[in-house]
Amino acid sequence: MLDFFNFTPAEISILLLSLKVAVCCVVLTIAPAIAVAWLLARMSFFGKSLLDSLIHLPLVLPPVVPGYLLLLLLGNNGLIGKFLNTHFGFSIAFTWMGAVVASAVMAFPLMVRSIRLAISHVDRRLELAAQSLGARPLSVFFTVTLPLSMPGIITGLILAFSRSMGEFGATITFVGNIENETRTLPLAIYSLTQTPDGDLAALRLVIISMVLALGALMISDRLERKASQQIGHTHD
Amino acid sequence: MIEINATLKRPDFTLDVALQLDQRVTAIFGPSGSGKSTLLSIIAGISKPDRGRVMINGETVFDGEKKINKPIHQRRIGLVFQDARLFPHLNVEHNLRYPLKFTPTHEQQFHFNDIINLLEIGALLKRATHQLSGGEKQRVALGRALLSSPRLLMLDEPMASLDESLKSQILPFLKKVADEINIPMIYISHSKDEIMQITNNVVYINAGKIVA
Repeated sequence: MLDFFNFTPAEISILLLSLKVAVCCVVLTIAPAIAVAWLLARMSFFGKSLLDSLIHLPLVLPPVVPGYLLLLLLGNNGLIGKFLNTHFGFSIAFTWMGAVVASAVMAFPLMVRSIRLAISHVDRRLELAAQSLGARPLSVFFTVTLPLSMPGIITGLILAFSRSMGEFGATITFVGNIENETRTLPLAIYSLTQTPDGDLAALRLVIISMVLALGALMISDRLERKASQQIGHTHD
Repeated sequence: MIEINATLKRPDFTLDVALQLDQRVTAIFGPSGSGKSTLLSIIAGISKPDRGRVMINGETVFDGEKKINKPIHQRRIGLVFQDARLFPHLNVEHNLRYPLKFTPTHEQQFHFNDIINLLEIGALLKRATHQLSGGEKQRVALGRALLSSPRLLMLDEPMASLDESLKSQILPFLKKVADEINIPMIYISHSKDEIMQITNNVVYINAGKIVA
């Protein structure tokens, strides 16, 4: 049984790459997700339902579609990709950074949804009280709205992290399946299942995936409870 | 001194008032739906009147013609609501200290400890807000409003959701604040008994109009 935890160097590099991509994905999306969630929860403006739908599109599209669109936009011959490449010598297609962008696009709606829900549940009368005590709108946001939305933010964070760890379709379409560069956990499992005699190695990665996912969910539940208690909600 | 001259039309209700408050403590009395709370929200900057002018100590905070409408956080009006509206993610002490962050030291009128002693809330400082009784919550809310060093303190039915025994926990402190603290105070209530204990200076409002 203990042998199981003797990871091979290949497995370790796959794990580290997946973690790097997932952590960067969360870091990249958290601030924009909070901003968009706030806009959707609190503001009414022209084009709001269009923005809402666009953000949610990756949830309902086959993942290969956003992946292909990213290739058209950010690929080396893509609209933006070409510009970046010729002017800055910079390319994210077929790199781990591209994998981050692909999973960020897929994870963004999940993050926005849970943060938006949390913000819409914040009692606006408390925000009014904060204003009457001298807090400017931005201070109100950081001292009242954001802390009271914390459980939803944590949920969004973990959902995005897990989505990124599991992202397959958009990633393989946009950045391919390159060992040590874009071959994250699900891509590695897929590759092994296509290899003769790869079944056992694939199974090991499958188990690692399940343990990671389970761990993420349990940590999320724990953090959420803690955050809820801190804002005065009592859990049963 | 507070001067209000304002009209606000709602589909089912019109508030139309001209009022000068020059006593330190004024009670605004009227049945529910009479426009008391609307009047308060106009003074505080929560609701915007359709026309008129609101002045606090000579400063115009709203003028419909000159398009002046100071936001709530610049009006420096301490509000105490029927539901205390303490921040649930902060304990009692941090609730009380919250306004200090937004009040420059030279503008702070009270010492933290003086307010705590006045309202006898020293023993509650480390408590979470959900561990407080209704009367305790209102005392903390009152202390928090005072620590924002307001130019005007407005209390909107601060005892309406408390039963008789809890009222007796807060009434003496309201009296103390009315008697000892040198800040103009507007006390809104639909209960004559309550008002008689606080002040004799009463404005009567009904159906959106000042009656007396």
